[in-house]
Amino acid sequence: MAGYVPHNEKEKKLMLEAIGIDSIDELFTDIPAEIRLTGDLDLPPAMSEIELVRHMGELSRKNTSTGEKLCFLGAGAYDHYVPSVVKHLVQRSEFYTAYTPYQAEVSQGTLQSIFEFQSMICELTGMDVANASMYDGATAVAEAAIMACRVTGRKRVLVSEAVHPEYRQVLRTYARGLQLMVEEIAAGDGRTSAGELEKTMGQDVGCVIVQNPNFFGIVEDGPSLGEIIHRYKALYIVCADPISLGLLKAPGDYGADIVVGEAQGLGNSLNFGGPYVGFFATRKKYMRKMPGRIVGQTVDREGKRGFVLTIQAREQHIRREKATSNICSNEALCALAATIYLSCLGRQGLRQVAELCLQKARYAYERLTELEGVEPVFTGPFFKEFVIKTKRHPGEVNEYLLQHNIIGGLDLGRFYPRLSGGMLFCVTEARSREDIDYLVDRMGALK
Amino acid sequence: MTSPLIIELSLPGRSGAKLPVPDVPVKDVASLLPAGMVREEPPNLPEVSEVDVVRHYTRLSSLNYGVDTGFYPLGSCTMKYNPKINEDMAALPGFTGLHPYQPEHLAQGALALMYRLERYLCEIAGMDRFTLQPAAGAHGELTGMMIIKAYHEHRGETQRTKVIIPDSAHGTNPATATMVGCETVTIPSNERGGVDLDALRRAVGEDTAGLMLTNPNTLGLFDENIIEVCRIVHEAGGLVYCDGANMNAIMGMARPGDMGFDVVHLNLHKTFGTPHGGGGPGSGPVGVKEFLVPYLPRPLVDRIMDPTGEEKYVLNYEGKHSIGRVKSFYGNFGVMVKAYAYIRTLGARGLKEASEIAVLNANYQKEKLKHTYKLPYDRTCMHEFVLSAKNLKETGVRTLDIAKRLLDYGFHPGTIYFPLIVEEAMMIEPTETESKETLDRFIEALEKIAQEAAENPELVTGAPHTTPVKRLDDVTAARKPVLRW
Repeated sequence: MAGYVPHNEKEKKLMLEAIGIDSIDELFTDIPAEIRLTGDLDLPPAMSEIELVRHMGELSRKNTSTGEKLCFLGAGAYDHYVPSVVKHLVQRSEFYTAYTPYQAEVSQGTLQSIFEFQSMICELTGMDVANASMYDGATAVAEAAIMACRVTGRKRVLVSEAVHPEYRQVLRTYARGLQLMVEEIAAGDGRTSAGELEKTMGQDVGCVIVQNPNFFGIVEDGPSLGEIIHRYKALYIVCADPISLGLLKAPGDYGADIVVGEAQGLGNSLNFGGPYVGFFATRKKYMRKMPGRIVGQTVDREGKRGFVLTIQAREQHIRREKATSNICSNEALCALAATIYLSCLGRQGLRQVAELCLQKARYAYERLTELEGVEPVFTGPFFKEFVIKTKRHPGEVNEYLLQHNIIGGLDLGRFYPRLSGGMLFCVTEARSREDIDYLVDRMGALK
Repeated sequence: MTSPLIIELSLPGRSGAKLPVPDVPVKDVASLLPAGMVREEPPNLPEVSEVDVVRHYTRLSSLNYGVDTGFYPLGSCTMKYNPKINEDMAALPGFTGLHPYQPEHLAQGALALMYRLERYLCEIAGMDRFTLQPAAGAHGELTGMMIIKAYHEHRGETQRTKVIIPDSAHGTNPATATMVGCETVTIPSNERGGVDLDALRRAVGEDTAGLMLTNPNTLGLFDENIIEVCRIVHEAGGLVYCDGANMNAIMGMARPGDMGFDVVHLNLHKTFGTPHGGGGPGSGPVGVKEFLVPYLPRPLVDRIMDPTGEEKYVLNYEGKHSIGRVKSFYGNFGVMVKAYAYIRTLGARGLKEASEIAVLNANYQKEKLKHTYKLPYDRTCMHEFVLSAKNLKETGVRTLDIAKRLLDYGFHPGTIYFPLIVEEAMMIEPTETESKETLDRFIEALEKIAQEAAENPELVTGAPHTTPVKRLDDVTAARKPVLRW
């Protein structure tokens, strides 16, 4: 057998004797005969490790990874550099083969690292409390809206059109069951329209969700939007890119009540879209309304510091149908990667990464828009992504770039029909000036 | 033996970052960003060297207990061995380096893998299609119940808002029902630990959206009346949801689809050997019968023949009645790779053997331990069983103490105080990857602890004695929360 079963026939026999039966089959007699499978499942034959490695290698080579091309694609999944240290440490099997830390005394490694994660997220966001993680940025947004509506007792959710389109889709899916009404605020010039927001606001709005930097890469005027939102006593939810927070003001410092986001960029690979890791932070007064696991500091019987899962009276295993969320497993190992990443970069390093993204994206934008036929679509200040338009269809542009070993920008028409022709480019710290110049050169050659 | 926080190792000016110097013209940051949006003080992150980081997290890892450390019979969590080769496969650059929005023709290997994994899961669970989007079991439950609700609403039966859940169910089941806007109706279990059919008959009606059932259930028991259970719910117009958390007991033996379930979620991180990561990432694909396929989240991966006759895998976004997206992109792809590799390694026979041995191991431990502890349901179990430490109560020793004492013996305890219907519950799931010797040592430890409880109860109530920290004060942690540095 190819499996991982250690028993030999003699042992099986001894065990059956101890149970007092003759065959393993007798253990399955509770399964009614009419549904008991008689033949084998129709699955491909078992593979040896050598065959598996060959097969998986073949499959993986049918993909073209960003490692083989120059990647200028972002849109919620970012090709930031992952320091080697991160991969080595998250591969320690004491971390990855553990379950959720229910037995605190033998889970201090997981618990303390989550406590550190929570602390770092609080530092970045300017919030008081953070949880152990959410599935991803999209579900973190949805859970934030649910919490905000519970806190305010209101049912209307306003979300900027400049929030990631897939996050808005997930928000709508989650909102349906709870009968929350989701409405969108226009972002005609690439920024959430304060005028539109003002017009749509009301005393029945539970929360307003703004992404900053937004899906188009533009840095929103966080404080002004917050002022409008708070005038109606709604909660201000900011979905932030944690890398940007090395440089940008913490959302808590411009009025955010809940800060969520996607932390994939902090030490996690692209992985074709997952596993990623959402973060969720808020103010202390909402601590007991939060979804998800939370780790707290305490002491043991001898007074030594230790960490435990805490404020569990919010959670499904205690509160059942009255829980703040049904979330149980989250993305702990990805959160650990983020924690190690932030430890490596540190106070100055994160700022440097953010600034490299900012400067390189600006350089790429300026050089590209100098080209004949390449136009900027928006004028707002941006962080690491920007939108341009060429005379050619984005599909054609990308096909051409691919021939030259470049993965180009996202075709915005896919999510925003009115922006058809627009392309969202992303430049991280992992792209060199040479890479950017090459992109510009190729774009220039495309007539 | 505790460890300082990483921030406590900070020394101003120290850094583990090795970043490139800017190679593009550097502009004044203030000129590139809106006034009032630039951070004045950097966030208070640690200032440590790379060596500090490596030692710190290596040390933290040593304070943990994982499957690789030892026996981890945490009931309902299927803590089986996580094959190393699958970690290597998921780490292939052709998988890790894929951007979710790169063109489909550059991701044919990944899409093929997802397509095939879906087919395998359909075969194993007896379903017609699966969505791979949900990131965990509870996320799968949410997706599945949204599908059930959307189905009723589409048929104009908006009054179907009651979800029936047995009292033995995981807490995520009722919490999920609430999140989809339904009300939970709890029904009792019968004397054999299964669904009480009379109670079920009384509970169903025109307001029934469905029944959420774990089978084998959280007592580790296969519900012999499962066909009748599904029939009762269907006749009332409801649908039946299978919490597939316990699929490890029945692979190749029986399939939820054949039992009558309409929707099922599987936990790739339990049944299919992918590691749990200390609390995720998991993956909770949801399978449905044909009539519910239109409601699945999109995209699904389809296989088509292109005009040249070549096989092509595509992301299909069409879905008239789709509940919508439940996660960005396509799900936890990296976890899918590991589960795929696991299924390919074991094949049909290997999966069946895994279930057979998981059930053999559980029954062996149950039979040996039922003389020392109370066995509330004395019948053949599946992959796990539930004991009660009620019989030790007069010694002052409780289940929590036994769990902590097991740590001293070098074992992770089972799941405790769950299911809620068993007093002083200990739910033990040995899994198939554990040898008889390991099972015997664990049995011995539990027997010794019972003896200690009788002779020297303080030894047990004072446990653990050998762990990095002693018993921790949960009450203070919750009353005076310290949640960050």
